[in-house]
Amino acid sequence: MSGIPHDHYEPKTRGEKWLDRRLPIVGLMYDTLMIPTPKNLNWMWIWGIVLVFCLVLQILTGVLLAMHYTPHVDHAFASIEHIMRNVNGGWALRYIHMNGASLFFVAVYLHIFRGLYYGSYKTPREVTWIIGMLIYVLMMGTAFMGYVLPWGQMSFWGATVITGLFGAIPFIGEGIQTWLLGGPAVDNATLNRFLSLHFLLPFLILGLVIVHVWAFHTTGNNNPTGVEVRRTSKKEAEADTLPFWPYFVIKDLFALMVILVVFFAVVGFMPNWMGHPDNYIEANPLATPAHIVPEWYFLPFYAILRAFDGEVWVVIAANVLTGGIIDAKFFGVIAMFGAIVVMALAPWLDTSSVRSGRYRPMFKWWFWLFIINFFVLMWVGARPAEGIYPYIALLGSTYWFAYFLVILPLLGVIEKPLPQPVTIEDDFNHHYGTDHGTPGSGVSPVSTPAE
Amino acid sequence: MSYAEDPSGDRRDFLYYATAGTGVVVAGAAAWPLVNSMNPSADTRAASQLRVDVSGVGEGTQLTVLFLGKPVFIRRRTPDEIEAARAVEMSDLVDPLARNANLADAAPATDEDRSLATFDGENTGEWLVMQGVCTHLGCVPLGDGSGDFGGWFCPCHGSHYDTAGRIRRGPAPENLPIPAVEFIDETTLLLG
Repeated sequence: MSGIPHDHYEPKTRGEKWLDRRLPIVGLMYDTLMIPTPKNLNWMWIWGIVLVFCLVLQILTGVLLAMHYTPHVDHAFASIEHIMRNVNGGWALRYIHMNGASLFFVAVYLHIFRGLYYGSYKTPREVTWIIGMLIYVLMMGTAFMGYVLPWGQMSFWGATVITGLFGAIPFIGEGIQTWLLGGPAVDNATLNRFLSLHFLLPFLILGLVIVHVWAFHTTGNNNPTGVEVRRTSKKEAEADTLPFWPYFVIKDLFALMVILVVFFAVVGFMPNWMGHPDNYIEANPLATPAHIVPEWYFLPFYAILRAFDGEVWVVIAANVLTGGIIDAKFFGVIAMFGAIVVMALAPWLDTSSVRSGRYRPMFKWWFWLFIINFFVLMWVGARPAEGIYPYIALLGSTYWFAYFLVILPLLGVIEKPLPQPVTIEDDFNHHYGTDHGTPGSGVSPVSTPAE
Repeated sequence: MSYAEDPSGDRRDFLYYATAGTGVVVAGAAAWPLVNSMNPSADTRAASQLRVDVSGVGEGTQLTVLFLGKPVFIRRRTPDEIEAARAVEMSDLVDPLARNANLADAAPATDEDRSLATFDGENTGEWLVMQGVCTHLGCVPLGDGSGDFGGWFCPCHGSHYDTAGRIRRGPAPENLPIPAVEFIDETTLLLG
């Protein structure tokens, strides 16, 4: 795969040859595991493995939790307490699953931002990017439905608000909302189908993850320079790359270990840090919590949803132009989903021929502003929609769209990029020296690792 | 495998399209029951009427009942609230329509069109019955004179409703909807 010249699997024993003629699965696994990987990958390239780990962790704990959970409005809340108090190790399963969702999103955001900074979405990796975005959307759907299952106040009202988004679609919205909920309001039918889908979607994600990996194994990994691996000869390719196993697997596992130390510290000592106390009150359709807040990983998009009220001129213009079909409510919904759509379209909006942000002096500033803006939106999404906050949210939302729709297309035209290294080998040698370790770094990597 | 000179090409094409067309129809017909199974079930649809005893609702108080999974506010308004609602100019309203299921769709949002007539048919403005679901994203607004207009206030995204449940400020696009409702005796309401 990936067009990078490298050694392929050769079945040696009779047994291996027998299997290889019938199902070349060992060869497939060998090529996947031994894929030539650019040897200059930095620590931002660990998140893929962390994400795979998260998916497996969530599926494993989730399947076990489902064995003790009751999807009924009268029993759901109590069955969560049953898991917490009676099930052997149930508290650990649940807290790992709860915080595992947060780790999942921490990793996915860093993974996405890595891709945005180093131009990993650019040709020929557009399909990898699009599939990644699909996975991200499915992750959000899964997380949202999972949050409804404990049937607390935030579960119930979160579900009401989010399914209400579909009700904002003109003409057919109400029908879709009723169909999604299975009744006029969030109720037992809703809870049942959310469990069913919450169980199903992770397996769809797993399937897409395989396609995602397949896609970037076909194109080869991007790397911090954005310079392609030389494919002209095997010798040159080997100067640019190292096999994924063992070099990157061990590196990724080391990073995963460090991350898990922090993760289990959170699970053990502050498991409800990222949750809301209101979700330990059983759902009550007659009383809305004073302040409905989604989980932290939805906050930037929640801020965008709320930013566009009826006083913003684009909303008024859209309302007039469509003859009232697009009102403020629907506009907010379009903006929220549009925020993800413009991100998915980044490969076609970015006009710069230089892949890596490292060699784009102007892009860097706008990128870091984008990251800061992401956190500002996250913060403002958790504030009540009054006073100065809606204006901050509006400013942040505007920048989000401007980044993709204006800045990325324009920068490619006006920016003068810095010189890029000719090869990955040059970059690697420049960073680590040609034949000795970097002084004082505590490690002494060599440019030609031991055979 | 049809060739240009093959006289049976038309027949092949026809068979191809007919088969494909039938396949699409069959697939659609098979998919619809699956999709439809997610629509409200018969028992959910059956629970569509509710009788409410309002004899205990005093002036200036509100009874909230759960009807079709959503709260319904039954408020017996004070003379001050009625007066405040009737004094509002129609031009001050965000949503000029009454949103009253008992009236025509085009009925204006006057207080008389929003409030409910008593059993003897006289609309004193005393009774206001409406769905307690914010028209923005479905939260339950707080009552008892909350908000800047002395009616209801939605805590989720800050929509203010006046004493007739009409939207006055905030992101909500419409007045609180009034369900099909009537007095069936002096003290009993029939919802639905």
